Amino acid sequence: MMSSMIEVEVTKVKQLTDVIREFTLSPMEGALPGFSSGSHIQLHLPTSHRVLKKAYSLLSDPADTSSYRIAVRLQEHSKGGSRFMHEGLSEGDHLHITPPSNLFAPNSSARHHLLIAGGIGITPFLSYLAEFQRQSKSYELHYAYRGGVTDAYVTDLRQAFSAKLHTYDSNLQQRLDLDQLLSNQSVGTHVYVCGPERLRHSVQEAATKNAWSPSRIHWEAFSGAEPGQAFQVELARLNKTLEVSADESLLEALEASGVEIPNLCRGGVCGQCATTYLEGDVDHRDAFLSQADQSQQLMPCVSRGMCGSRIVLDL
Amino acid sequence: MSVIFNPIETYRDDFTFRNTSKAIKRFPFPFPEDQYMYSVNIEPALKGETGSVFEHWFDIDEHYRSEVAERAKVLEKDPDRCLVMPHMELAAWDSLALLMTHLASDYPEWFELHRSGDQWIWENHALNLRQAFTYGDATTLPCEPLEYITRQVQGDFAILDQRDNNLWMDAGMVTGPADWSIKFDAGMNFTQWHAPVPMAHKMGVFDRALKYLMNIQVDRPVRRLNWTMTVNPRLDTSSETYHEWGHERSLVTSENIGQMVHLRVELQFLARLPRSHALMFSIRTYLIRLDELATQPEWACRLHRVLRDLPDELADYKGLSQYRALVVDWLKSYDPAESTCCAE
Repeated sequence: MMSSMIEVEVTKVKQLTDVIREFTLSPMEGALPGFSSGSHIQLHLPTSHRVLKKAYSLLSDPADTSSYRIAVRLQEHSKGGSRFMHEGLSEGDHLHITPPSNLFAPNSSARHHLLIAGGIGITPFLSYLAEFQRQSKSYELHYAYRGGVTDAYVTDLRQAFSAKLHTYDSNLQQRLDLDQLLSNQSVGTHVYVCGPERLRHSVQEAATKNAWSPSRIHWEAFSGAEPGQAFQVELARLNKTLEVSADESLLEALEASGVEIPNLCRGGVCGQCATTYLEGDVDHRDAFLSQADQSQQLMPCVSRGMCGSRIVLDL
Repeated sequence: MSVIFNPIETYRDDFTFRNTSKAIKRFPFPFPEDQYMYSVNIEPALKGETGSVFEHWFDIDEHYRSEVAERAKVLEKDPDRCLVMPHMELAAWDSLALLMTHLASDYPEWFELHRSGDQWIWENHALNLRQAFTYGDATTLPCEPLEYITRQVQGDFAILDQRDNNLWMDAGMVTGPADWSIKFDAGMNFTQWHAPVPMAHKMGVFDRALKYLMNIQVDRPVRRLNWTMTVNPRLDTSSETYHEWGHERSLVTSENIGQMVHLRVELQFLARLPRSHALMFSIRTYLIRLDELATQPEWACRLHRVLRDLPDELADYKGLSQYRALVVDWLKSYDPAESTCCAE
């Protein structure tokens, strides 16, 4: 499903910490499409050598569609996306975004929502909190960060939600004991985690150890495409060969050569970009395709050819 | 062009429901080919031709007042045809907002919406209603919000919660279903409520459809047509009223077919509800008696071939088996037996 783009203006840029910036995106006219808690949008970033597409969670209150807010952490090994957001984007600039979609919605059957955020992973939960408050939902938020670096919004959260907020500052050696946290929950609790991959893995591990059913564990994966090794891809029907460099995803390489593939999350979870391949050793990195499906399909947003190999796609 | 409403017609007892020639011309004839088989025939719900049933998200036609009156009658007898589980409250408000904003912008002569923050005023000139209310506060409406707005719209609505990789029928207003029941399907998931459909499961139709539907995005609705047949123009063929309509199938004779037998087409429209992430599944039903349908000979020709060649399992499921032979025989005279019918 391809979405038509929306043009927005960057109306406010706010430096929240040394590495985190918040952007307010306003419509050229009228209001923006409504969205639900946990939604994200894709930004199309016109960097000097190519248009980068990056997904960011909406952190504003879903009741307010006069603008969207997102926050971006400058990544040390940025492929250009977060660097562009921090260094190339100013108030008054125009951007194209996709309408919101949601791969991380709160589960309506949960009796209690246990939210676990690491650093910039706080963003989707900010859109949860406004809605939870209005609907008097039962929840608690555990927020781990490095004080002064990734502790965006912690002051606001302390003011508005102090009774439900638990913070862990790694500078102060404060540790979040996931095993203890997850062993003390009732069966009606759903856990949501957003943050670095190792936090996600630790939550999944602790949940599994404490016999949580997988349907009660929710995670947002916007780590995006991890870099890898260069490889070659052949498009069988288009009769074309492309080189995918180490710092770009297969999806990006396809788009750069003019091949449009439907996509939403660009992080290996939504399944939209699944593409049939005919030959090749594939390094599958998605969390969507079953093992059986992976013998015929790959998700070019995250998956790659094995080092030095050649993949033949049915395109 | 503005919609003009017919005087109140009935969908029960004396069955005064009729289509004007204008309604016949815009009838969504559902067969693109001379043969019918299941497919995932879902397409993006792009704006259709002016005056067609695909022009707007929610089609209002000449039967508007009649259908609203019929819904009120069903609800009077059976208030549980409207269902909103507690966790669907936000989705109910979402539905109300979506319907009001689209109706007001698509049919400004009949509907008006004035919003100032959460203070809303809704005016329905077709029914002579005016309601000031606070969005999000159900005590400011005469009834629950989904019920309030769907009492003023044609078509049934199922509001599906999306969780656990499935869709769940946790809310809805269903007073005119084609042989199913919201009370029976309440709380079921997509796979469960489709369990009675023959053949399609083996074809993997539902797995593919479910994945597609869960990915529907805000402002990117999709639609499909479905069809069956109904004896008499009866909208409420719900499972729990079977005793009122089931026996009518045996009343079909070769003399009364043209008046009694109706092609029943559902324009199914699915839209993401932006605030709640629930999915609105609206089922807008169009009825046309065979006499009316035969005014378009190419439709009668194609329907003849479709019904003649329909697999028995499907005919049984759609409840046609008892009178199918009679109908096929009646339609035969419209089929010149050339290679294909020339219906669009």
